[in-house]
Amino acid sequence: MNEISITHILFLSTALFFIGVYGLLTRRNMITMLMAVELILNSVNINFVAFNKYLYPDNLDGLFFTIFIIAIAAAEAAVAIAIIIHIYRNHHSIDVEDNEEMKY
Amino acid sequence: MSAYEIIFYLLAAFILGNGILAMTTTKIFRAAIFLLFTLIGVAGLYFWMQIEFVAAVQIIVYVGGIVVLIIFSIFLTQQSGLEMPKATLQRKIFSGIAAICGAGLTGLLISQYGFTNNPDAVLDDSVQNIGTQMLDYEDVGFALPFEVISILLLAAMIGAIVIAMKSKVEES
Repeated sequence: MNEISITHILFLSTALFFIGVYGLLTRRNMITMLMAVELILNSVNINFVAFNKYLYPDNLDGLFFTIFIIAIAAAEAAVAIAIIIHIYRNHHSIDVEDNEEMKY
Repeated sequence: MSAYEIIFYLLAAFILGNGILAMTTTKIFRAAIFLLFTLIGVAGLYFWMQIEFVAAVQIIVYVGGIVVLIIFSIFLTQQSGLEMPKATLQRKIFSGIAAICGAGLTGLLISQYGFTNNPDAVLDDSVQNIGTQMLDYEDVGFALPFEVISILLLAAMIGAIVIAMKSKVEES
């Protein structure tokens, strides 16, 4: 049963994190960039749960961090989508290249 | 190779395959659906680790909440069948190099660190224990972050409503 150690799970979450980073760097649409951020947050959650289960099973800190990260991710997604809809209403585009009024 | 390992590798392939597809497909609605399957795979990984409460929270909040919100915002902001403009080849190459270098470096560090498992103690993740510790204000309690996060959720809700609301004053 212990053939799969925490190292395998950490490799998986590393790969998921850098898939999210790749998406964040290549995409120029705000909604897909938000999806990339969700992937990154998920990989961090996997790390917290794996550390808690395999290394420090005598307390539950990792689980609470995971639950709080999920709650913050939900709040962040709601606010980000509200901002995106507002930008779309004013500019008719949610491409980051088209929205650069605050740049200068 | 036991069924335990086979299930882990199947879950890993499912998560990574759907994640790559979600980040590379050119149709935005398909990206949202692939993201949905990635999040379901992560919930399956929590079930595989026997952390049932977090898996249930993952399915409820992410799959039931955030992905539905993203799909609604896709419907509100653009036509879902439309193809997104592709990234330039230069940007793809350099982003890929950055991601692969970062993943390689992190993987190297993980493989050389040598984690020692602690198989004796058993994680008590019953819902009763989680609830007791979360609302406890003794040493191991998380009552203060719980209250802070409830205020954060309230502020985010009000903020989302205020931002997305049409301002009648400016129109008239």
